[in-house]
Amino acid sequence: MGPYRAPGSTPASFAGEAVVDELAEKIGMDPLAFRLKNCAQDGTRRIVGAVHRDIAGIDVLKAAQAHEHYSAPLGGPNRGRGVAFAYWGNWGAESSSTISVNGDGTVSLLLGSVDITGTRTSLAMQAAEALGLALDQVKPTVADTDAIGYTQVSAGSRTTMASGVSVVKAAEDVIAQMCARAAMLWSVPVESVSYDQGTFATSARATERIGFVELAGQLNQTGGPITGVGNVNVPEWGGTFGAHIADVEVDPETGKVTVLRYTAVQDVGTAIHPGQVEGQMQGGATQGIGWALYEGYAYDDEGQLLNPTLLDYKQPTALDVPSIETVLIEDPYPKHPFGVRGVGETPIVPPPGALANAIYRATGARMDELPMTPTHILEQMGVI
Amino acid sequence: MATVWIPSLLRDLTAGRQVLDAPGRTVGQVIDALDRAYPGFRDRLCEGNRIRPILTAYVDGRTAQLGLLEPVGEQSEVQFLPAVAGG
Repeated sequence: MGPYRAPGSTPASFAGEAVVDELAEKIGMDPLAFRLKNCAQDGTRRIVGAVHRDIAGIDVLKAAQAHEHYSAPLGGPNRGRGVAFAYWGNWGAESSSTISVNGDGTVSLLLGSVDITGTRTSLAMQAAEALGLALDQVKPTVADTDAIGYTQVSAGSRTTMASGVSVVKAAEDVIAQMCARAAMLWSVPVESVSYDQGTFATSARATERIGFVELAGQLNQTGGPITGVGNVNVPEWGGTFGAHIADVEVDPETGKVTVLRYTAVQDVGTAIHPGQVEGQMQGGATQGIGWALYEGYAYDDEGQLLNPTLLDYKQPTALDVPSIETVLIEDPYPKHPFGVRGVGETPIVPPPGALANAIYRATGARMDELPMTPTHILEQMGVI
Repeated sequence: MATVWIPSLLRDLTAGRQVLDAPGRTVGQVIDALDRAYPGFRDRLCEGNRIRPILTAYVDGRTAQLGLLEPVGEQSEVQFLPAVAGG
């Protein structure tokens, strides 16, 4: 299986969420209430044998239930509302970062993770927090492979989480080395030196204090430059759940689906940069909507691929997708210094299930393949 | 003995059994014990002296960062899961 967002999970969820929807309908139960009644909790064993820890799926379902979207009128004929609920486990693994202290009190943050989603910012924010500095004192740079230790892919919902651990470790290394310099300046034991929010102090003499910027300016007179190193292999991570609500209108003559409204709820851990987290949720949901309704290869009778380029291979644009509403459930992951969970993959998992269930409620027809093209919808409706 | 969860793709070796007990103080020793009971088990999981890159071993919910040398306790749970390339 090649790289993809939440690989393999989206089509499996499409099938599973349709079955769950049918079960709820069979016993006359609200589809979100049915999922809530059966939701995994801490200690629930997954099918592969692993045990869920530190999860917040129930909070996600309750937030979806309480969202105004879930009870809003559909406002017209041929419309339906569907929901789907999904999980993705994320990843940790190897990350490397270094932080070098500059004479003007700024720091140069060198990252092994390639920035494809704005992670330079979210990692610099974690470095600033760990160092007690302002964000504009941290200068992040993505290093090439000759300049930094091994770092796993910028994928797998791991970058802000695992490289965040690496950045924090590098920051702690910087602080430990600077405490030693302060101890040298004051001729006190290093164990007596502490650091809090930009200021070093010693319990040996209450009058001694020095700021990070001032001490940074004295590094070359106290032994030379300081670089902190954070090379980590993160063994544990926090998975996340997503509950999506979709409203659609289906043209009964053409089978065309219009997505009227879409809401994505997710337990995102601590949202280091909430705008980036929302962007991941909206981007993932949009990609999932594309998989649900448009993306697929078409072949003629002789096996010739009919849509080999992006001119013919339909993907959703801003004209096809409404402004996706997001609800961020901040349930900090306790084994990350700042509670970060990976967020990028979960939102691609529920869209086909949510849209299929919405189409069912609009048309009375269950969908059994992706993409749910107008032709397939009309076939399932018995129109053609 | 550790409790070992067998992924579906390997259950042809274990007569369909999903959960097994196996002795061993490291992941490598656990695999060797299972290989004695179910010949061919080691070849499916290992390549030389390492776990195949397409698999990840977990001990008590954590990735086995030391590979075959990862310590396993008497009450440990061990899982072997197919690795997936996410994005």
